[in-house]
Amino acid sequence: MLTLKQARQLRTVLLGTLGWLVALIIFFPIFWMILTSFKTEIEAFSSPPQLFFMPTLENYIEINSRSSYLTYAWNSVVVSFGSTFIGMLLAVPAAYSMAFFETKRTKSTLLWMLSTKMLPPVGVLVPIYLLFKDFGLLDTRTGLIIIYTLINLPIMVWMIYTYFKEIPKDILEAARLDGATPIQEIVRVLLPISKGGLASTVLLALILSWNEAFWSLNLTASTAAPLTALVASYSSPEGLFWAKLSAVSTLACAPILIFGWLSQKQLVRGLSFGAVK
Amino acid sequence: MSISNLQVDKATGAEGSASSVKSQNRQKSRISLAMVSPSVLVLLVWMIVPLAMTIYFSLIRYNLLYPGDEPFVGLENYYYFLTDEGFAAGAFNTLYLVLSVLAISVIFGVLIAVLVDNDFWGRGIVRVLLISPFFIMPTVTALVWKNLLLHPVSGVFAAVWRFFGAQPVDWFAEYPMGAIIMIVSWQWVPFAVLLLMTAMQSLDQEQKDAARLDGAGPLAIFWHITLPHLMRPIAVVVMIETIFLLSVFAEIFTTTGGGPGYATTNLAFLIYTQALLQFDVGMASAGGLVAVIIANIAAFILIRIIGKNLTDKQ
Amino acid sequence: MKNYMIPTLMASAIAMASASSFAATTVTIGTVNNGDMIRMQELSPAFEAKYPDIKLEWVVLEENVLRQRLTTDIATGGGQFDVMTIGMYEAPIWGAKGWLEPIGELPAEYDVDDIFTSVKDGLTADGKLFALPFYAESSMTYYRTDLFEKAGLEMPERPSWDQMMTFAKTLHKPDQEQYGICLRGKAGWGENMALISTMSNAFGARWFNEEWKPEFDGADWKNTLSFYVDLLGNYGPPGASSNGFNENLALFNSGKCAMWIDATVAGSFVTDKAQSNIADNVGFALAPKQATERGAGWLWSWALAAPVSSDAKEAAKSFMTWATSKEYSDLVAEKYGIASIPPGTRHSTYENKDYMEAASFAAMTLESMNKADAVNSTLKPKPYIGVQFAAIPEFQAIGTQVGKVFAGALAGQMSVDDALKSAQSTTDRQMKRAGYYK
Repeated sequence: MLTLKQARQLRTVLLGTLGWLVALIIFFPIFWMILTSFKTEIEAFSSPPQLFFMPTLENYIEINSRSSYLTYAWNSVVVSFGSTFIGMLLAVPAAYSMAFFETKRTKSTLLWMLSTKMLPPVGVLVPIYLLFKDFGLLDTRTGLIIIYTLINLPIMVWMIYTYFKEIPKDILEAARLDGATPIQEIVRVLLPISKGGLASTVLLALILSWNEAFWSLNLTASTAAPLTALVASYSSPEGLFWAKLSAVSTLACAPILIFGWLSQKQLVRGLSFGAVK
Repeated sequence: MSISNLQVDKATGAEGSASSVKSQNRQKSRISLAMVSPSVLVLLVWMIVPLAMTIYFSLIRYNLLYPGDEPFVGLENYYYFLTDEGFAAGAFNTLYLVLSVLAISVIFGVLIAVLVDNDFWGRGIVRVLLISPFFIMPTVTALVWKNLLLHPVSGVFAAVWRFFGAQPVDWFAEYPMGAIIMIVSWQWVPFAVLLLMTAMQSLDQEQKDAARLDGAGPLAIFWHITLPHLMRPIAVVVMIETIFLLSVFAEIFTTTGGGPGYATTNLAFLIYTQALLQFDVGMASAGGLVAVIIANIAAFILIRIIGKNLTDKQ
Repeated sequence: MKNYMIPTLMASAIAMASASSFAATTVTIGTVNNGDMIRMQELSPAFEAKYPDIKLEWVVLEENVLRQRLTTDIATGGGQFDVMTIGMYEAPIWGAKGWLEPIGELPAEYDVDDIFTSVKDGLTADGKLFALPFYAESSMTYYRTDLFEKAGLEMPERPSWDQMMTFAKTLHKPDQEQYGICLRGKAGWGENMALISTMSNAFGARWFNEEWKPEFDGADWKNTLSFYVDLLGNYGPPGASSNGFNENLALFNSGKCAMWIDATVAGSFVTDKAQSNIADNVGFALAPKQATERGAGWLWSWALAAPVSSDAKEAAKSFMTWATSKEYSDLVAEKYGIASIPPGTRHSTYENKDYMEAASFAAMTLESMNKADAVNSTLKPKPYIGVQFAAIPEFQAIGTQVGKVFAGALAGQMSVDDALKSAQSTTDRQMKRAGYYK
């Protein structure tokens, strides 16, 4: 018979194996894409699909010589981080007030915010294009930042609201009784506690902006085009393209993937409620 | 300030004088209003202006290719959009897609989040791998799945099928909607995992330990402690995913083009073909508003079901 | 209406006035991501060296996205692009609407008469040329000479569809991963419908009769679709209903198709050893006929045009003329090899012996181009221009819709009759709404 300790260890090993299995299965398509980026075009479409082959950097070299990756990447960075930053500035106070000063209107405000996202972008393309044209916002990073802030704001408010709701009110009460103003309350007490939740929200908003492929293609030309436009320029041309597309997608997703991995540590290190007690 | 007020303010938990409490409340609500207003105002403008333009366009005959007179035609655009041969299929497919992906992502999201909550070797890496599909652009996802994975001649799935001696499946011909659901779920399960994983971290360890000492098995713990704790994040996942899933477009456009027949045409795609491809802004606007109405109905029903979980106190 | 047109125009006028000195004019070019256009982009430094006061900015997108992007911009007067890469579908429509700058005078060295008449006509409206063709294509038959030899078959110069069916049947060996014929099946007005339209032309059908009524309820279309579903369904590869040009190219290049009917530009891909496993075993024939030879091969051209909303029209014209000139072809030949020069636009290309030798597909391409006629492409008279499309604004949506149901018939999701009925009713509805008839 197993001792309690041995049983626990066995359980951990089994769960660990299962966890790894699930993760590898889910990650497999991405792994395959990265693998394909090192193949030649013929190998990419070969049947049966090749797992072992002579890797080549030709796709990456061609991408670098054809387009200026850094320009696109910079645009993506500016637009994603800019819109996320502004969005957080607007969302945190709103979520704070809705979570801790709840009124009868709170639920309906939340729902109304979400309903602003219900209009399919294809339906509003022309009105927005005309608006942007009149305000000189076409093909500008500012224009994209504005649009991304607006489309991600409801999501950010919702998520932060959810995390704030998890925090027991007594902590804030304690701070308030110590004489803290609301701003101090937020900055000194609330933000550190909800770091994990805020980090997830920031990550989510960044991803949504980074990968947004409708407005970023329709409202930009050559100046403000982000990485989604670079990927679109390798997508479905006439001719074999899957190896190159895999390469450009790897390049386009790499920054955000790395950033996500780094911030994931932050999420993991995020405070458990033991510290709160 | 009078001495009595000072004394009252110093006392913790004691009822303050009526006027002091009222002024505190007024101050509270003023602050809360001030905090919420910027977001609300910004969203209000964002929503009103395009919405107003869309409503206006939906009531006139406005085609980009025939500029000039734009006569008011009332509800003609709506009539035309609703009587389109593909409308019923479009509405049905939209709901079918949304509900399927919701179910898959919530169920798997919860299971995976619970699984990953246990500490095992390399858990950090596993977590990153699990949420990575969400980082890939939808168009790329669609292309990778269509050509590298699901293609019946050269795809990985086909190779696996052949390895086991079976005939490879032509996914986009035989199970087009199934293939789309598979692709979209692959993208959104990580989202659910991300949110639920983070929520699991605030789960009270002590409660669980106490329950275990009381002799509760893992299933009971899951059902009575974990799941209720996750109700609110699940509600958020459902609400957010619903919004995005209602307007899935890129995946369908890249893989099946809405076909075969109407099998994978959803409302967003219908608006695209019926309206945008003809540059009929009037009909695109009408279609968009119809989609909004349907989305609102769906949201209303969802709220009925899970709404309590959103604003409840713990 | 608030806009920045006037200050922009003033600024660019000043810029152009002082053109030779400092202020560089920016020309924003929107183009497709096909190989020839990528080469054009890569040769920008050569253009900028010749015209030091013009700077080129590129927006390269996939075809469908580009088309939507350009149409949105030109119809709203957005002014984001100075040069647009458009096809034979948009050029006559947009030209007629006054959205494009007529090409006007061209320098003598440009030799505009060297360009194929059919290509020029496809880019003309109201007697004025609105776009300069960058490359043009028709469609033709590709086949595996080694497989044909082994089976003792001979491909005539212009096969009939019935012959194609026989060939496909003989060469279809699915257990060896060899499929009789590969054809486009993916839904789209420029995908499967391009091929099926040429097929329908060959079978004697037409899209619309003289009163603009669609003819899907007729016998000719029924024969076409039944034949197509039969041929591709029985002797084609699995996944045919989602295979477009690229997928079929990949299949053909990896040796899995015995025959393939598609764009003439594929010629350079299938004979390129770097991309093709069967580069030495490709034969060429004209696109198949049936009841008639007319409209058997399609006609398409990607051309450069300048929208009226552009603020750099002079510079744009300089670029457009340069990129479609003989001089440009020489540049391409120098840098990429003579077989890479943009095909299908000029007689001089095909009078160049070196080119004809280096490009084994060139002879058949020339013949296909000569036979393609956008005006006379059907057995019966028709009211529309275009071989594999009708140059009317409604066609994009109609073509895509019909393409969807035809792909559905191929995938076995609906019967041929149901697909035709659906095509007829939706097209009829849209033509009525657009006011072609009551």
